[in-house]
Amino acid sequence: MSARREQHEGAMMADRLVVTVWLGLLGLTGVEVFLAYERLSLHLMLTLLMGLSFIKAGLIMAYFMHLRFEKRSLVLTLVPTMIIVISLLTIFFPDGVRLLHMRPR
Amino acid sequence: MAEASEARIEDISVAEWDGGSLPYSVGHKKLGMWLFILSDSLTFSALLIGYSYVRVASPSWPTPFHLWPTIAMASLMTFCLLSSSLTMVLGVNAANRDDRRAAVRWIIFTLLGGVAFIILHANEWRGLIEEGVTLFQNPWGTPLFGATFFGLTGMHMFHVATGVLYLGVMAIGVGRGRFGPEHVEVCGLYWHFVDLVWMFIFPLVYLLSVNMH
Repeated sequence: MSARREQHEGAMMADRLVVTVWLGLLGLTGVEVFLAYERLSLHLMLTLLMGLSFIKAGLIMAYFMHLRFEKRSLVLTLVPTMIIVISLLTIFFPDGVRLLHMRPR
Repeated sequence: MAEASEARIEDISVAEWDGGSLPYSVGHKKLGMWLFILSDSLTFSALLIGYSYVRVASPSWPTPFHLWPTIAMASLMTFCLLSSSLTMVLGVNAANRDDRRAAVRWIIFTLLGGVAFIILHANEWRGLIEEGVTLFQNPWGTPLFGATFFGLTGMHMFHVATGVLYLGVMAIGVGRGRFGPEHVEVCGLYWHFVDLVWMFIFPLVYLLSVNMH
């Protein structure tokens, strides 16, 4: 009976933590919407929005998807792979800027 | 001495590859879902980066989204998805406690969050189509705006709809005692991934296309 209660209490603690993370995610979303209406340069806006998005993604992966409590080898298999391949996709961006400058005026 | 060392190494190697051990200490269902999430995240990354590329290369990209109704509705959709992720975690916790009724209840709340998202999104699509935005045209400039918008959000909405079906099957299965905590957790991984993708689509597609006038 006490083992089941301990398991239940562990789950309750996890519920409180998850609600805290949820409130944090809502707060960060509110900051993003606020920033969208600030007259910032495009580069600064993009950096801030993407930075906040990565923080939100990290919170979701760590707490909602439970990755923070998984074995480190799983995290090291998944996360660097994603980062490296997504970074490789961004190699094409300079070509987009070049295309813009090549357009007839 | 050397023979004893070689025998120990061989025992360890045989033990690892004999089967019955869990790589990364997770079950095969969970590992399979993580690998699927890895590949699907690359699909969405390619779509998002493709959208970003054509936007960077375009001399005039429209920014037509007003606070009301588009940004307000998109923010509400974000709230629906985040809340459904919360209820999904609470459902996983309930399943781990062997509380099947609570698990089914939280899964149904998650499903309702997904349905609310789809209804709001479909309504937004209807509004844009009425204004003349489609996959192939756009009244405010480059047709690529419509193509990238509907391509990205359509792909995401397809994942949400599939997730809603998955949640429905899971709710029925858990209620009947057919699916255990691991099944619920794997379903949760998929649902959180859908939410995670929206965390990038919302700022890149909506917030960067805000109409400041």
